[in-house]
Amino acid sequence: MIAAAFFYLFAGILVASAFMVIASKNPVHSVLYLILAFVNAAGLFVMMGAEFLAMILVVVYVGAVAVLFLFVVMMLDVDFAELKKGVLQYLPVGLLLGGIFLAELLLVVGSWVIGPGVPKAITAPIPTGISNTEAIGLVLYTKYVYFFQISGMILLVAMIGAIVLTLRHKERVKRQNISAQNARTPEMSMQVVKVRQGQGLGSNSVDANSTGSAS
Amino acid sequence: MEFFWTYLWPLIVILAQSVLLLVVLLVAIAYILLADRKIWAAVQMRRGPNVVGPFGLFQSFADLLKFMVKEPVIPAGANKGVFLLAPLITCVLALAAWAVIPVNVGWAIADINVGVLYIFAVSSLMVYGVIMAGWASNSKYPFLAALRSAAQMVSYEVSIGFVIITVLLCAGSLNLTAIVEAQNGPYGIFSWYWLPLFPMFIVFFISALAETNRPPFDLVEAESELVAGFMVEYGSSPYMMFMLGEYVAIATMCAMGTILFLGGWLPPVPYAPFTWVPGIIWFVLKAFFLFFGFAMVKAIVPRYRYDQLMRLGWKVFLPLSLAMVVIVAGVLQYGHLATAAMK
Repeated sequence: MIAAAFFYLFAGILVASAFMVIASKNPVHSVLYLILAFVNAAGLFVMMGAEFLAMILVVVYVGAVAVLFLFVVMMLDVDFAELKKGVLQYLPVGLLLGGIFLAELLLVVGSWVIGPGVPKAITAPIPTGISNTEAIGLVLYTKYVYFFQISGMILLVAMIGAIVLTLRHKERVKRQNISAQNARTPEMSMQVVKVRQGQGLGSNSVDANSTGSAS
Repeated sequence: MEFFWTYLWPLIVILAQSVLLLVVLLVAIAYILLADRKIWAAVQMRRGPNVVGPFGLFQSFADLLKFMVKEPVIPAGANKGVFLLAPLITCVLALAAWAVIPVNVGWAIADINVGVLYIFAVSSLMVYGVIMAGWASNSKYPFLAALRSAAQMVSYEVSIGFVIITVLLCAGSLNLTAIVEAQNGPYGIFSWYWLPLFPMFIVFFISALAETNRPPFDLVEAESELVAGFMVEYGSSPYMMFMLGEYVAIATMCAMGTILFLGGWLPPVPYAPFTWVPGIIWFVLKAFFLFFGFAMVKAIVPRYRYDQLMRLGWKVFLPLSLAMVVIVAGVLQYGHLATAAMK
């Protein structure tokens, strides 16, 4: 009973905030509603006993991805209210398209014949006595280790691609070279000069190297 | 009647525990704040707060009263809802992390299986308080501070995550109680993870400073550049909630360091006179030791420049902690081969 009440609480807030993501006028509010939706989805995961997934959802999506999202949206200077003026006006068309898509999906999935052994394989019961995290680890790093590695590689390639596309070294920008800076000794950058009275530096003039600039 | 015992009674117990925890925590925060100011003053050869109460012991409560009776001012151009939500989120999230922290055997409100991940998740949400405050203030300095902090907190979370993974590999569990129990060895203080994982302890400490926006990484509120950072437009109770959230987050990080590296409630010497002392006293002493480190760093280290901060996070800590994860995993998996070969 309590579980059902909490399910409807989380699910209700999830659906409502998902609706507000597309309905709210301010894009930053949209992102904040999206975050609320993520957090409620994590709550649903906890209720299903998938506590590890719930926490990872919060850490990865809310803690990292949505932050960058918010970051970008905050800096955009686009008048989204103008852009989104007609959203609710075009809602019937969108609903119609969504309905057609849903019906097609139902037709496809409904006519799907599932092999007799498959459901058992998918819903292999979590062995009792070990935690949720351990169970995921036991499957992920043994049975699905190649898929795991491949997905990691894809993400790595995407990351390298993004860096290669955006990284450019400007020639005229001065950069701090910390190892060079730390390797400097007093002898390299300092010169003790005995100044004679009335003559100034004279012939002992300081050469350019000793002005103390951090290369 | 059955309904009462199965549903209501546990609820009442949990509520009572939570209220007790919050009261103790908030009083502790009041004195941590005072200790921070006193330590800082002592380093600079000042007296610090010493007027309200004996030795200034009631200073924090006087400040609390002052903040509460002040008038909250909301800027005309601010986004009112988000503006007021930001301090609430900071404060509530900081307090929520304490739900899983065990200060003694079984002394946690919720001793959940994924305790470490929960704290990590909650602390990764803390950045929203800053971003929302910076954006909703509709002002330049807060906005710049919000952008800085978003980048800073996300960067240092990565290295904290890897540090936590090294500890998890050694402990073999995500449960905080189990992590402490795994450090319960015959050598007392030398069995705790600060020694075998020593570089990670340092990385954790420095990342915790950056994660909680403490000096020398307080670029979010660098007063010489950004006035007061994301808090410029805040005053009275909302400001107090930011302050409270910040100090609770610091206390959380100290507690985390205690649990992950300093053996939680375990006595430093596992023999008679030390084992008689209740575990919570050891826990508080260790957490305060870490906090003393936080306060001393604030007093003696100059502030980092922003590009240096980013370099430290991405080019030093990330490779170091990543390498340590591989090394620790390798030692745990194949270490027995090496010891067998030595024989």
